[in-house]
Amino acid sequence: MPDFNKRETWAVLIGLAFLLALPPLADAMGKGFYVTLFTRILIFGLAAVSLDLILGYGGMVSFGHAAFVGVGAYTVGILSWHVFDASPVVTWPAVIEGTENAFVVWPLAALMGGLFALVIGAVSLRTSGISFIMITLAFAQMLFYLAIGLRKYGGEDGIALYTKSELVPAVDLFDRTTFYYVCLAILAAFLVLCRRLVGSRFGMAVRGAKVNERRMKALGFPPYRYKLTAFVISGAAAGLSGALLANAAEFVGPAYMSWQRSGELIVMVVLGGMGSLFGPVLGAAAFLLLEEWLADLTEHWQIFLGPILLFVVVFARRGIWGVIAGPDREER
Amino acid sequence: MNTLLLVEQGLNGLQLGVMLFLMAAGLTLVFGIMDMINLAHGSFYMIGAYLTATFAPLLDSFVLGVLVALPLAALVGMAVEMVALRTLYRREHLDQVLATFGLILFFNELVRIVWGPQAIFLSPPAWLGGTVEIIPGVPYPAFRLAIIGVGLAVACFLYLLITRTRTGMLIRAGASNREMLGALGVDVKRLYTLVFGLGAALAALAGAMAGPILAVQVGMGESVLILTFVVIVIGGLGSVRGALVGALLVGMVDTMARALLPTLLRAVMPPSQADGMGASLASMTIYILMAAVLAWKPRGLFPAHA
Repeated sequence: MPDFNKRETWAVLIGLAFLLALPPLADAMGKGFYVTLFTRILIFGLAAVSLDLILGYGGMVSFGHAAFVGVGAYTVGILSWHVFDASPVVTWPAVIEGTENAFVVWPLAALMGGLFALVIGAVSLRTSGISFIMITLAFAQMLFYLAIGLRKYGGEDGIALYTKSELVPAVDLFDRTTFYYVCLAILAAFLVLCRRLVGSRFGMAVRGAKVNERRMKALGFPPYRYKLTAFVISGAAAGLSGALLANAAEFVGPAYMSWQRSGELIVMVVLGGMGSLFGPVLGAAAFLLLEEWLADLTEHWQIFLGPILLFVVVFARRGIWGVIAGPDREER
Repeated sequence: MNTLLLVEQGLNGLQLGVMLFLMAAGLTLVFGIMDMINLAHGSFYMIGAYLTATFAPLLDSFVLGVLVALPLAALVGMAVEMVALRTLYRREHLDQVLATFGLILFFNELVRIVWGPQAIFLSPPAWLGGTVEIIPGVPYPAFRLAIIGVGLAVACFLYLLITRTRTGMLIRAGASNREMLGALGVDVKRLYTLVFGLGAALAALAGAMAGPILAVQVGMGESVLILTFVVIVIGGLGSVRGALVGALLVGMVDTMARALLPTLLRAVMPPSQADGMGASLASMTIYILMAAVLAWKPRGLFPAHA
């Protein structure tokens, strides 16, 4: 039961109401472009929340999270490319045709994201601290170069998608508003899942491993296994966000996996508030809106973005959510 | 595959290796002494290249251009340390990563504003423009040999600086216990600023030397920065010796993979695909090397505070 005496509850309700009302409002004001922008915000919000699951709650600074987003995007892109090319994706051991059915490609994108996270996490989690940051970065770079090497799928130029994934015949994802609400529903569902996860025994074990790994071990929790599981869940959600991003942009390219993209995802999490569930969504919104606004102001917008980041890191430690949720956030 | 090609590629690997060492030495020193991870290190590399590309034609001498560029880059480095990074030493690594990520965006845009978005070309000094026949039948660009020479000279200089001088003693002391060093009356703040300036100058030197080989362009520091990270993680964070070994290893492996893999792949697949696949596999090789080293020794080959 939500506690209506808390600022957090009200913030979430107001935020949700705003997001639900956005498409009709934007259309009424003749600013339909905002629906597209906020779709991106929701998608990046999903990726940022997935990163915060390991970064904020597990203390794992993954500097390669964009790789999982890219893996998901490429899953959609490659399957769609084969539909257009009318050739099978794999001929051995079974013939697998390309598809654009969202019920197939989205879960598959999440599965691929999770699989890659399993392999990368299994190696990376042997290290910690700076080495972990570096090795996740290195793995992401590996996938980035692999994507560039996929000449068949456009290499450096990526794949332009000619159609969006189809959800069910009745739901037209080409419709900007429909796609927006689908993304909102997915993000909301993932947030609910995370909320339960974080409060569960599993979530407590992961959070405990962040604070004191040795103590968790002494209590009989194998931290490695718990952290790896969290890493895989996070990778799967990032893969799903990649699938949505591919659909939103109707394009997939190596740049999705670039290390700058991973850096931006971390920035979103920290800007919004690490170790909170709604913070990263706010962070994604703040980052993309800031980018949009600064780019409108001057073509050299990054010269402002850089110092703003520095300023946020140095002075606003708890992020936007820390300001909204009030001082009691640390206790929970 | 003939021996001559192998010798040539070996020299290329050595040349990439010493350049990576110039980058890695500064980064690993700053890490070892201040426990600070600085993503903006690649920006000093870029600034070094741009400053050299500006002053070399003005002064009509590549060497003079470098000699002007290095102190300027060191000043930029020291200014960055004093303005932005000083507050971050005691913070989590995550904060340092983010703040210096912001600095990268800032410097890239600054360079774009000052020098424009187009790549600039920097020519090597005329007396190093030719080739040298190292062994009969293998002409090798003199400038690349000069890079190897400069890199090895800097490695010796750093070795002597760290092991034989008072400054080096303070640097080593700062790496093991900064409070104690401060208590002994050493101005730790100034020491840090100086080390940072030294690191920036080394990165700028790498950039200046890379200028005539690669295009001088915005964002040129980033790819080399990531290679440098691979180097210091393989070598062991904070260890200058590890940086040297890691740099030579990475330089060699990367160059050899690029030279050999496409040819090897051509044996099993059509040439057009083999070239693309070979190039991307070659780019991946050093990351595989890094993963293997870390799986074997999670703290790198020569951990600094073992």
